[in-house]
Amino acid sequence: MATHHDSTYQPTTRLAKWIDERLPLPRMMHAQFVDFPTPRNINYLWTTGGLLTFFLVVQIATGIVLAMHFVPSAADAFDSVEHIRRDVNYGWLMRNMHAVGASMFFIAVYIHVARGLYYGSYKAPREVLWMIGVVILLLMMATAFTGYSLPWGQMSFWAVTVITNLFSSLDSVVPGLGTRIVQWLWGGYAVSGATLTRFYSLHYLLPFAIAGAVGLHIWALHVVGQNNPTGLEIRTASDSVPMSPHAVMKDAFALSVFVMLFAWFVFYVPDYLGHPDNYIEANPLSTPPHIVPEWYFLPYYAILRAIPNKLLGVIAMFSSILILIFAPWLDTSRVRSSKYRPIYKWFFWLFVISVVALGYLGSKPPEGAYVYWARVFTAYYFLHFLVIMPIVGVIESPTPLPRSITESVLGGGGQPVRVDAPAAPERR
Amino acid sequence: MIYAIRARTAAGAALLAATIVAGFGVAWAAEEAGHEVVHIDRQHWSFAGLFGKFDDAQLQRGFKVYTEVCARCHSVKRLHFRNLAQPGGPAFPEAAVKSLAATYQVEDAPDEQGKVGKRPAILADALPPPFPNEQAARYATNGALPPDLSLVARARGIDAGTPFYRVPDTMVRDVLSAYQEGGADYIYAYLLGYQEPPPNLKMADFMNYNRVFPGHQTAMTNPFIAGDGLVKYDDDTPATVDNYARDVVAFLSWMADPTLEDRKRLGLLVIGYLLITAVLLGFAKRRIWRDVH
Amino acid sequence: MQREASLASHSAGEPDRRDFIVIAAQAFAGVGAAIALWPFIHQMNPDASTQALASIEVDLSSIKEGQAITVSWRGKPVFIRNRTPEEIKQAVEIKVAELSDNSARNDALPEKAPALDTNRTIKGHENWLVLVGICTHLGCIPKGQSLSDSRGDYGGWFCPCHGSHYDTAGRIRKGPAPRNLEVPVYEFVSDTKIKIG
Repeated sequence: MATHHDSTYQPTTRLAKWIDERLPLPRMMHAQFVDFPTPRNINYLWTTGGLLTFFLVVQIATGIVLAMHFVPSAADAFDSVEHIRRDVNYGWLMRNMHAVGASMFFIAVYIHVARGLYYGSYKAPREVLWMIGVVILLLMMATAFTGYSLPWGQMSFWAVTVITNLFSSLDSVVPGLGTRIVQWLWGGYAVSGATLTRFYSLHYLLPFAIAGAVGLHIWALHVVGQNNPTGLEIRTASDSVPMSPHAVMKDAFALSVFVMLFAWFVFYVPDYLGHPDNYIEANPLSTPPHIVPEWYFLPYYAILRAIPNKLLGVIAMFSSILILIFAPWLDTSRVRSSKYRPIYKWFFWLFVISVVALGYLGSKPPEGAYVYWARVFTAYYFLHFLVIMPIVGVIESPTPLPRSITESVLGGGGQPVRVDAPAAPERR
Repeated sequence: MIYAIRARTAAGAALLAATIVAGFGVAWAAEEAGHEVVHIDRQHWSFAGLFGKFDDAQLQRGFKVYTEVCARCHSVKRLHFRNLAQPGGPAFPEAAVKSLAATYQVEDAPDEQGKVGKRPAILADALPPPFPNEQAARYATNGALPPDLSLVARARGIDAGTPFYRVPDTMVRDVLSAYQEGGADYIYAYLLGYQEPPPNLKMADFMNYNRVFPGHQTAMTNPFIAGDGLVKYDDDTPATVDNYARDVVAFLSWMADPTLEDRKRLGLLVIGYLLITAVLLGFAKRRIWRDVH
Repeated sequence: MQREASLASHSAGEPDRRDFIVIAAQAFAGVGAAIALWPFIHQMNPDASTQALASIEVDLSSIKEGQAITVSWRGKPVFIRNRTPEEIKQAVEIKVAELSDNSARNDALPEKAPALDTNRTIKGHENWLVLVGICTHLGCIPKGQSLSDSRGDYGGWFCPCHGSHYDTAGRIRKGPAPRNLEVPVYEFVSDTKIKIG
């Protein structure tokens, strides 16, 4: 494994030396998570990685506990969730933590992605790191989608019906293909118990795929090193601090604050981020008046419904996430961080506004003016990646960068440097 | 030169943003004008808010209203007799619940000849439903299916028709005040929402006009049509229709969320603990970073 | 420069990491994390619906003399027999020293209590025998509950799996079973009703 510094690990006890000669895991942990040089100027947006790891653990732990009591059959699933809420010791707590935890996971991941977009963390040499991140995001969405079906409430059932039905749009490409795929997904001619059981199996599997992808993500990160608000690379010892205790303690503090938000929802408003209709048992013969996904899917839902053609709507919806993959090449700026990009930073915020607007529109019925505005913001969303990123990077004159990370923190006189090219990974 | 570009870009972006918001607002107003938003007041509930608790006496009265008025049509299949005696709920004395249970007949296990009879209920049993199956329920109610009430307080909510620019502050206010009583507020308004239909509205067969029900036509008849005194209370709470509605809604809210008191109590402890932890960790972080900044 | 040097190496163990506030914060957070484990452990304990069936009440009024019924308690079969005077006499006359297992095996009594018939029943209700109907050899359910069943050589129960014979007090007399049938904790809540468990 490539690292950017020599390990300073010195095993002190005999046991530690014995292990070090056979499996240098403590040595690796020390090099990567204790001694690892972290830019000294990273702000609290850089704590989202730690938050995400914590919430992955929370979701897996509470999920395994729930799996001890949940019954994945169409007849018993809803009842088993009620059994968990009422009879299982602390079952209500486990269930609230798992449901709210999913939302917290997505809040953290969206801030994490937004940070990456703003500070140019996707630019060379971090392209692979970024792409693994998109893979993790897709796996998270698949996990959340399969998980939401399990309580087998009205929203569970109908959200699955609507979204799986989208694949039937392939019928317009190859007749019959879409229908075959949809029935293959369902395991029947409609969403049924067969769908529930296979979604349960996948829901249990995918988080471990996420864990594996996270391992690769952290590995890729440690090869190239973390980005920071200046976008400059670490060049001298003063540019960085050791990960432990500095970054670890900062992460711990940020975690305690974020967990307060988590606890607030778990204990006081656990159903706020959900939908009342999911407390009604699934009824294949009765459709709820408004089918809406969970809040973290709303922007994509808005994009899907904005396009009048079913197949193109599906393509647009998936493209809206897949397009992230191409950000490293779509963005032509020679400067990483939007802090020094006076024009682009406004467009970034416009992008954030349009995503929030799309989220709001996704929760509204697709009628009249809502459809019009969903189209406007969908157009801007893709415009941002396909037009603004390439063009603004070329025509913009960035503001002067500091000479080093240290200088950006401690200040200092002298002339500012010229525009800095994205540096190759350095060896220290 | 750079500052001129920055200022122009900022101004342009601000203008663009303002235009978008204004345009959106106009369109939103036009859209919403066509939609009816039924106004439903928020009520005061003893179990609402950060420190909310159920009022045992109210839950007991609510249970009485349920058994005397609602149980004719509505099942409560997730309510077990033992729940009526557990803390955090109506907290009836266990012996009283046991004798109450014995007055109900539930299906027995098949005997040696395979016949299925009935036996008196015990604490572990759920309350038996008024109808054995959906078909019997529909037959008795002109085709409607009275929903099970165990979760109805969680399965309903209020659409307040909040304008989009008020969504953020409404969200913050609701989350900070721990507002989860949308279902309770709706059901209370529904129970008291029976009215004469407006003159131009044609009611379908067997339907009743209700102010808050979506579409205004509900198959359920007014449960409190007999008015005050329909249910005799054992304590000295006035036996008014308004109190029947409040008490039965409180009971429904408990049934849908029986762990509420535990949840809020533990929440206080956990958040208090996290507050202290965050403060300590904050100081620790600053101590460690002192030399860096 | 001095600051930067101290940052680059940390093996000296600067005062920063050992500061009181740091230790206090870590300890306080750690205690909470440990306490937070308890719900994860406790959720595996029997839940409220299981605990509600931890004890059951059985109405004895329809069991005539000489008859027996089997009820399910905590997932196990429980034999309840209304013994005839001859069956009681047979059980009382046996000397405890002749029995293969001379312990009462009554959950309400200490381990050493002898297997007297009085230790297998409740005073005042000696005709009623309540036993966990699981053979103490390898767990089969012995025959003897219905009138057409074989009762073995001692008039009690007979386990068809490996040939254990129990007498009219449910004590093992012949065969591979090592212990008498277990008497669960039970009490008479009225003359015609018992509560098991």
